[in-house]
Amino acid sequence: MRFLAGGFDRLATTIIVVLCIVAVMVPVLHLMLPPSSPFHVQTYLVALIGKYLTYALLALALDLIWGYCGILSLGHGAFFALGGYAMGMYLMRQIGSRGVYGDPVLPDFMVFLNWKELPWFWYGLDQFWFAALMILAVPGLLAFVFGWFAFRSRVTGVYLSIISQALTYALMLAFFRNNMGFGGNNGLTDFKDVLGYDIQAAATRSALFAASALALALGVLLTTAIVRSKFGKLLVATRDAESRMRFLGYRPENMKLVAFTFSAMMAGVAGALYVPQVGIINPGEFAPANSIEVVVWTAVGGRGTILGPIVGALLVNGGKSWFTGALPEYWLFALGGLFVAVTLFLPRGIVGTAQHGWAALKARRTAARAAASSQARPADPTSPAAPATAGLAAAE
Amino acid sequence: MTFLRALATMLLMLVAVPPAQAADDAAIREAIAKFATARNFADTEAIVRELGASGDPRVEPALAALADGNLNFRKSDRQVFVTKESGQAATLFDPLTGETVGEAPKRDFTKIKVNNSLRRTIRAVVSGLTLAAPDSTVRLSAAINMFRAPDPANLEALDVAIARETEARVAAALEAARASSVLVSDQPDDRKLAAIALLGQRGDRETLSLLTAFSARAEGELKAAAEQAIDSINASLALWSAGQNVWYGLSLGSVLLLAAIGLAITFGVMGVINMAHGEMVMLGAYTTFLVQELIRVHQPALFDWSLAIALPLAFIVAGSVGLLIERGIIRFLYGRPLETLLATWGVSLILQQTVRTIFGPTNREVGNPSWMSGAVQLGELTVTWNRLWIVVFALAVFAVLLYAINRTSIGLRMRAVTQNRRMASAMGIRTPWVDAMTFALGSGIAGIAGVALSQIDNVSPNLGQGYIIDSFMVVVFGGVGNLWGTLVGAFTLGIVNKFLEPYAGAVLGKIVVLVIIILFIQKRPRGLFALKGRAVEA
Repeated sequence: MRFLAGGFDRLATTIIVVLCIVAVMVPVLHLMLPPSSPFHVQTYLVALIGKYLTYALLALALDLIWGYCGILSLGHGAFFALGGYAMGMYLMRQIGSRGVYGDPVLPDFMVFLNWKELPWFWYGLDQFWFAALMILAVPGLLAFVFGWFAFRSRVTGVYLSIISQALTYALMLAFFRNNMGFGGNNGLTDFKDVLGYDIQAAATRSALFAASALALALGVLLTTAIVRSKFGKLLVATRDAESRMRFLGYRPENMKLVAFTFSAMMAGVAGALYVPQVGIINPGEFAPANSIEVVVWTAVGGRGTILGPIVGALLVNGGKSWFTGALPEYWLFALGGLFVAVTLFLPRGIVGTAQHGWAALKARRTAARAAASSQARPADPTSPAAPATAGLAAAE
Repeated sequence: MTFLRALATMLLMLVAVPPAQAADDAAIREAIAKFATARNFADTEAIVRELGASGDPRVEPALAALADGNLNFRKSDRQVFVTKESGQAATLFDPLTGETVGEAPKRDFTKIKVNNSLRRTIRAVVSGLTLAAPDSTVRLSAAINMFRAPDPANLEALDVAIARETEARVAAALEAARASSVLVSDQPDDRKLAAIALLGQRGDRETLSLLTAFSARAEGELKAAAEQAIDSINASLALWSAGQNVWYGLSLGSVLLLAAIGLAITFGVMGVINMAHGEMVMLGAYTTFLVQELIRVHQPALFDWSLAIALPLAFIVAGSVGLLIERGIIRFLYGRPLETLLATWGVSLILQQTVRTIFGPTNREVGNPSWMSGAVQLGELTVTWNRLWIVVFALAVFAVLLYAINRTSIGLRMRAVTQNRRMASAMGIRTPWVDAMTFALGSGIAGIAGVALSQIDNVSPNLGQGYIIDSFMVVVFGGVGNLWGTLVGAFTLGIVNKFLEPYAGAVLGKIVVLVIIILFIQKRPRGLFALKGRAVEA
């Protein structure tokens, strides 16, 4: 409890409150107002913002390990997609006999491939509680095993990035195969309902939207709690000087493993919320390019901050939606340019720079006030502290 | 004048047709004429054999016509013609020379009848005739045809041909053809055993299917011998297929080596992961495309030289783009490898989209020069020239780089910076300059890799993407700071990949390799050939 209470610092509380308001207001505006009203939120917008919110959760998950722990994972999309597949499998089982081939148990693509039995890994996924468990367990387990090997043998820096990219690449190739039993190239789609409610209905969409906003709020709460706890301090210390931590008698590999696994589970939840809102999950989600894009959302918003990844994910994806509509030819130029510009000119990201500027301003004011008061009263033992933003500058 | 020319022509003809052949002509015509008087199939067969015994290749058209049912004789004078029917009429050809003689109604003629056994005899006789052809490649292909379609009727002709044959490879093919014919004949068992022994030594797929068919109907000693021969052929085929896999692996490995070697240099010296490396390869491939287009339009004769012209150009193009990236972006990001990775990824997106905008998203066609097309057969192994040249080229590039790094002054500086940047700087080496040159060199190498890859892969804006993860794997596997690591890494991964493919399929094989590398990194986090010493940990 005290750990959770630590998550309610001023910024996090504000974000959580805003998210809760959004979670209530958008569905209300969507459902209650007639489409003619200027404040009516259109269906596509609900789905779009809902999707962005799951992206924001994914970016937050990445921020926890990259911004606070220094692990640049280029394969976080894999955990996102795995959570999505777990959800997708549940939704496929919900279709039941309403599929094109009308088989009560087998999903359409298995009937099409002339399979007779459900593969063992599809068992139990017709129960929501089991699917929910898998959404957390599968990405978590993969992250645990991967992290166990990687961190114990001290694979760090770019090596780790490349290996994690290879991980998601290998998964992508695997899921593209038809005989893996995950729908191959086409993935899983044609979902009918979730928890007994029609997935296309406005009320269900609104509920999914609210769930995404609340999940993000919960993510913010947990991440802030972790970052502000003693464990969080150790994480930052590991990021800044891993060898020194080891010399001091800590086990940085265990800390990284915990953070990495938790982050993967967060990504899994994001994926699970993403799938019913988008209506499809296919192996393309594993593409290394997707994972790298998540990194750029986080970098744009500001890594090592709680608000940053959320802002980054919303901004970049909003920009992407606008660009692909208005100037589809130039989206990749813009994205590429963004990568370069952010790393060169805005290493702290938008939120990081703003916070840094604000802190510097405050420090200067305090210093000025202290100087003014020290003139009046020369012997002051509590001189103002140095700017309290040492974190990122020493990150690497 | 006209008279003189006619006279000369007649004289020439007299000289050109020696009297002996003229006599032969008469004999053959006489034999062919006998077809008209043959009373039954046995008679006809005797005539066919007589014609075959003449050993004159000119009887072939008549025999072929006989087998096809196109040999007829005129009812009135029993003269034999090759005919070609069209409606009620038939065009007549001379059976020996093939010249058109005239036209006549069909009903004036009687067809010389053949049956299946007679057709087989004719085929054997005809192939016996080609076995006597003066051109050795004709004889060889006749022998191979007989080997493929064994027939006891061929045996006599083969025996004659083997006795007469002087060229070793034709003789071997003839022996094999005889052995395969013996197996289907009713020859004594000891001859069949000898034939099996002979075939067992050949060890190709055709012999295998031949022997398998034979062992299915054979009994006792023969069956055992055939099965033994099949086993030995299978063993040698397995060896060949392993050899083929090694070759494919070497070929894939050389491609990986080309793609990865530039990456290894930049990563080794600067600790910078250049995600835009694949796009340098792509730029090289597009340079080749442009060069070939220009040559096609202006100087088609130079086409065989197009690759030689493209090589330096690709090096310059990719190298200068690399230099630009280094001077414009990377040098501001030293000491922040993760951010360099992101920035270069951004550069790669921009380069891809630029090329897509200029050249379009579809594949561009890059031709093979004549000396790179085709293949050579080594036993059971097919080696295509372009793959072979790429292996040679990759090794040549490797050798040149190895020399440059170990024996030149700039190489010495590069190694110094790799091992200890600050100490090198203290010794007066301009490390920023070395960085820039290294990056340009690595990118340039990627460019010439693109020239090579344009010969075997689709030239599209996504060309580089396909290689980037594999080349990273090579570098991670081989370790940095030592080119030998890249060489061993590339060929190991290539060969392992190709050996896994038959068992696991191409995709699963690739996944297995990735998993193996991920596990391997646990054991040796710095790769196979890691630099030793404290500098690495810095």
